[in-house]
Amino acid sequence: MPIQTRRDDDGQTLVIRIEGRFDFSTHQAFRDAYEHGDPNIRNYIVDLSDTTYLDSSALGMLLLLRDYAGGDSAGIVIENCNNDVRRILSISNFEQLFNIR
Amino acid sequence: MDDSVAEHSRPLRILIADDSDSDRLILKTLLKRLGHEVLDVANGLDAVSVFQREAPDLVLLDALMPVMDGMEAARQIKLLAGERLVPLIFLTSLSEAGALARCLEAGGDDFLGKPYNRIIIEAKIKAFNRMRLMHRTLSDQRDLIRERNRQLTDEQEIAKRVFDNVAHSGCLDASNIRYHASPQSIFNGDVLFASPRPAGGMLIFMGDFTGHGLPAAIGAMPVAEIFYGMANKGFNGQDVLREINQKLKRILPTGMFCCGAMIEADFKLNQLQVWNGGLPDGWLIRTSGELQALPSRHLPLGILAPDQFNADFERVGAAPGDRVLMMTDGFLESADSAGNVFGEQGVTGTLDQLDGGDHPFDAMMSAVHRFTGNFEDGDDLTLCCLEMMDEAGLATLPDRAAPSALAGPAEWRCSYEIRERTLGEFSPLPLLLHICMEVPGLRRKSGEIYTLLAELYNNALEHGVLELPSEWKHSPEGFGRYYAERNRRLANVEGHYIRFTLHHSLKPDGGRLRVICEDSGQGFDFHNHPSVATGNSPTMSGRYAGRGLLLLKRLAETIRFHEQGNHVEIVYDWQFARTAENRDD
Repeated sequence: MPIQTRRDDDGQTLVIRIEGRFDFSTHQAFRDAYEHGDPNIRNYIVDLSDTTYLDSSALGMLLLLRDYAGGDSAGIVIENCNNDVRRILSISNFEQLFNIR
Repeated sequence: MDDSVAEHSRPLRILIADDSDSDRLILKTLLKRLGHEVLDVANGLDAVSVFQREAPDLVLLDALMPVMDGMEAARQIKLLAGERLVPLIFLTSLSEAGALARCLEAGGDDFLGKPYNRIIIEAKIKAFNRMRLMHRTLSDQRDLIRERNRQLTDEQEIAKRVFDNVAHSGCLDASNIRYHASPQSIFNGDVLFASPRPAGGMLIFMGDFTGHGLPAAIGAMPVAEIFYGMANKGFNGQDVLREINQKLKRILPTGMFCCGAMIEADFKLNQLQVWNGGLPDGWLIRTSGELQALPSRHLPLGILAPDQFNADFERVGAAPGDRVLMMTDGFLESADSAGNVFGEQGVTGTLDQLDGGDHPFDAMMSAVHRFTGNFEDGDDLTLCCLEMMDEAGLATLPDRAAPSALAGPAEWRCSYEIRERTLGEFSPLPLLLHICMEVPGLRRKSGEIYTLLAELYNNALEHGVLELPSEWKHSPEGFGRYYAERNRRLANVEGHYIRFTLHHSLKPDGGRLRVICEDSGQGFDFHNHPSVATGNSPTMSGRYAGRGLLLLKRLAETIRFHEQGNHVEIVYDWQFARTAENRDD
């Protein structure tokens, strides 16, 4: 599975981990990862430590997650990006919408 | 029960060719007993002609026959069958391997040994019928896909024509623009638009929609409409960008957006204004060889709500000959056969090696060409290079068509005043230009009218209301200071106003537009201003930079200052064009 999820210790944070290419082919799997409707989830961490590549449709998927998680009030952290992935996120100035660390 | 099951149980029409009457009779009886329809002939030539006439489903051929043997008949029958699979089984007592192989080479699909075995014959006929039906199903599906694909291509062709009409290339073929936009790239979501501004200068927009295919191209249509519609009316890049963002935010589903860059080139002030949201770094390449990156500082279009959207442009001075280069992501992602991408290194490497004679556009295209080796036009890449030029060069841009000079309002007067904080938030120029353009005789002169209005307005605002010294704009440091100070002072304009009064009337040979611009500022000593007094000594001091005033003097019949210099009146005359009908085409 290129996408794995787990709950963080507090039970309110969903960690979504994407392996390999984060692009249109992972669209459905990425949506399935957060759209199970657990009401306890307050925050999301998108862990990109094993993500090798990210394209513009992945940026779109992140926006969908942000919308799902409450738009401007969404608590989403994107973490462990490699340099290429980080570059794509910063060209699009996604740090204005997401907490990237 | 579907068709294919019915097909499987349908009796077959089988052609037998055998010169032995007894063998033929045995086989024919056997097949008839299995329920099939049988045609029989005694040589290859007859077999070919019956095949042609009766189109059997399956053919059983004796290898050795008089007149025409089985091999030759097999070749001709396969040829006649074309794409249709007609199983062809040789009836033979031959057992020598070479002879059997020749049967297959001639087009045979299998053998049936003599004497006949009923069970094997029945099994083989069933097996070949299955193969025949599968082949037919595949062929039908292939034809269907081919037909659908043709329809899709036709539809795209039509869609492309509609798209081209809306998203025409504007002034992309102007002499100071070089660009490459692969023809296929429109269905990859790349757009490139350019429009001259009524005041002079140009507006360029490059965009890259997420996603591919029709959805991306559909998003591009309203962008084109907004861009050309607003640029024509004199709106500035900021206004156009805000409108595009708002529209895309409304129509695009979450997750779809448009990376884009807007460039506003002003050849009069020698300045570029750049907004980059999500495209790779743009580059300003000065004639001196100096390079300046124009990086993305904003989120792409269609993501943020209008009240969160930031349309602040970066402003840089740029002299004639300086060039600005913009590209879409596809340019950086051009890959060689090993999958390595051209990347930012490819771009900076090429720019670093530019020597004075190279056009950066050509250098960039040939570098990416060399890199990919098998460069194809189908690639999803867009590259555009704009060169700053002398204001005079603008005259070569085509005039827009104008309708007859006789219709439309001729005698009118209006007054429009903007006050207080609106001075900092709203430009009245598009509105005023729009009013003037209702007069067909003025429509041909939109550039000049806009320039007059813009000069009056900018002087009233920047030097009248805000009291900014124009000489600051003549050094690079002062340039930044000027605009920083401009923004600061715009926040503090209580009690201030700028009032335009427009008055149009007809004359026997044309019309006269009078424009009065008053502001709440201090005015200036116009009696002793050198440009006002002599009209030909541009100085950089005082309220009016010499250039702006000279421009007004050149375009208008008369220009007069009243009161303490904060009340300017110009008169602009236009004539009926005698060859208007010809010129308007």
